[in-house]
Amino acid sequence: MPQVTFIEHNGTAHTVDAVIGKSLMEAAVDNSVPGIDADCGGACACATCHVFVTPEWEAKTGDRTEAEIAMLNFAAEVKPNSRLSCQITVTAELDGLVVHMPDGQH
Amino acid sequence: MSETERVIIVGAGHGGGAAAATLRQYGFKGAITVIGTEPIPPYQRPPLSKAWLKGEADAASLALRPPAFYEKATITLRLSTTVTAIDIAGKTVTTDAGETLSYDWLILATGARARRLPIPGMELSGVLELRTAADADQLKAALGPGKRLAVVGGGYIGLEAAASATALGSSATVIERETRVLARVASVELSHAYQIAHRKRGVTIELGAQVAALEGADGKITGVRLGDGRLIPCDVALVGVGAVANIELAQQAGIMCDMGISVDLAARTSDPSVFAIGDCTWRPLPHYGRDFRLESVPNALEQARQAAATICGRAPAAPEVPWFWSDQFDLKLQIVGLNFGATHTLVRGDPARESFAVFHLTDDHHLRAVEAVNMPDAFMAGRLLIARGTQLAPAQICDMSVALKDLVA
Repeated sequence: MPQVTFIEHNGTAHTVDAVIGKSLMEAAVDNSVPGIDADCGGACACATCHVFVTPEWEAKTGDRTEAEIAMLNFAAEVKPNSRLSCQITVTAELDGLVVHMPDGQH
Repeated sequence: MSETERVIIVGAGHGGGAAAATLRQYGFKGAITVIGTEPIPPYQRPPLSKAWLKGEADAASLALRPPAFYEKATITLRLSTTVTAIDIAGKTVTTDAGETLSYDWLILATGARARRLPIPGMELSGVLELRTAADADQLKAALGPGKRLAVVGGGYIGLEAAASATALGSSATVIERETRVLARVASVELSHAYQIAHRKRGVTIELGAQVAALEGADGKITGVRLGDGRLIPCDVALVGVGAVANIELAQQAGIMCDMGISVDLAARTSDPSVFAIGDCTWRPLPHYGRDFRLESVPNALEQARQAAATICGRAPAAPEVPWFWSDQFDLKLQIVGLNFGATHTLVRGDPARESFAVFHLTDDHHLRAVEAVNMPDAFMAGRLLIARGTQLAPAQICDMSVALKDLVA
């Protein structure tokens, strides 16, 4: 099972098992990682699962859809490497992925 | 906050499950017991009329948390158990298993139940409502290629179910009493767009139609009889005509109720040890200066966070602007705000192309609500503009050459 690391805004790291085929957001929620609220449960409707993908992983996490870009444009603290973690599907290739989280999702 | 404090959560739905998880996330060290009538751990209801019905989601993906979470977080789930009484003086709840459990903090997350229609035939087999996973299983089993679904009530549940049924190869007829679908919950502009979108994709919509009776043979539904005498033949009927807050437990305990259990912005009821969250509450809407009952997951989650924060001695977060979403066919609807006090309606984009947003403004051009269809930036911009109370230039809203991002800058 791939392992992924979520780093909170205060620096606390959470390395968790992620299920292939599920979303990165689900890996956070299933493992109670604080800071990923995911209010809409993965419908790309709320932008409360915002993460920053470490640059070396950007290519492997896939492309943003137009809807995701539109949502992210209005998220707090948006950066070029911002993603909605519900829109990243976990693959074997993502073993070792590191993402950072913003200060808050709301 | 000490390790001996006990929280009891009545209701194991989305709100109840989230409250338990959030308490632990906020560092609550005491005992947490979640009591729920349904036999399964807390799960997400929104997919029941969407991805779940279409077979695109499995049971595990519906679960709010994986089963192991509750053990790891030492959260006790008492499922298939109903709380029958609350004693706020003695701080206890009684269950239908005959137990009496003590609490220091009580969180009521009792939700809402489907409104029942006072018409003949409601008892027929094949007459369903859609509230629980068990309801969804029944509906799913009844749908498939060639099956005919009759939906009584053109609200979100009914329209979502009609869209999902169509995707499964069934035919769907939506029967609505009002002259437009979504009459209680959406603007005229949005209702019209959804009527067109559904009809274009094969759904039959009957407007201004009274339902006289549900008719059957051998105890099973065969059709919906309308007030004008016509019969809509069907294999299964879904009744989705709104929901009623489950407030009886609170009322009987002497907790103040209105259209729901009355709470403040910390989700506190009239009893300082008792909170209420989610669909069952009658809550302040600080952006609108009034109280209201909201039926939405974001509302349940916001109030779960308010209750957990208060119990853990944290200041509650700034109040959110209420928001909602609905997925039907390839239409992604996101709504932010409520149109209380709105007098002006402006449309951005083109409803005929199914990418547009309806902005609702007050006389002095403050934004009250945005209904966005396949236009997520309008939703996100609306969320910020309503929260900030920004005064807008109406001409800019309709001008597609003005980026919404620039309106919030």
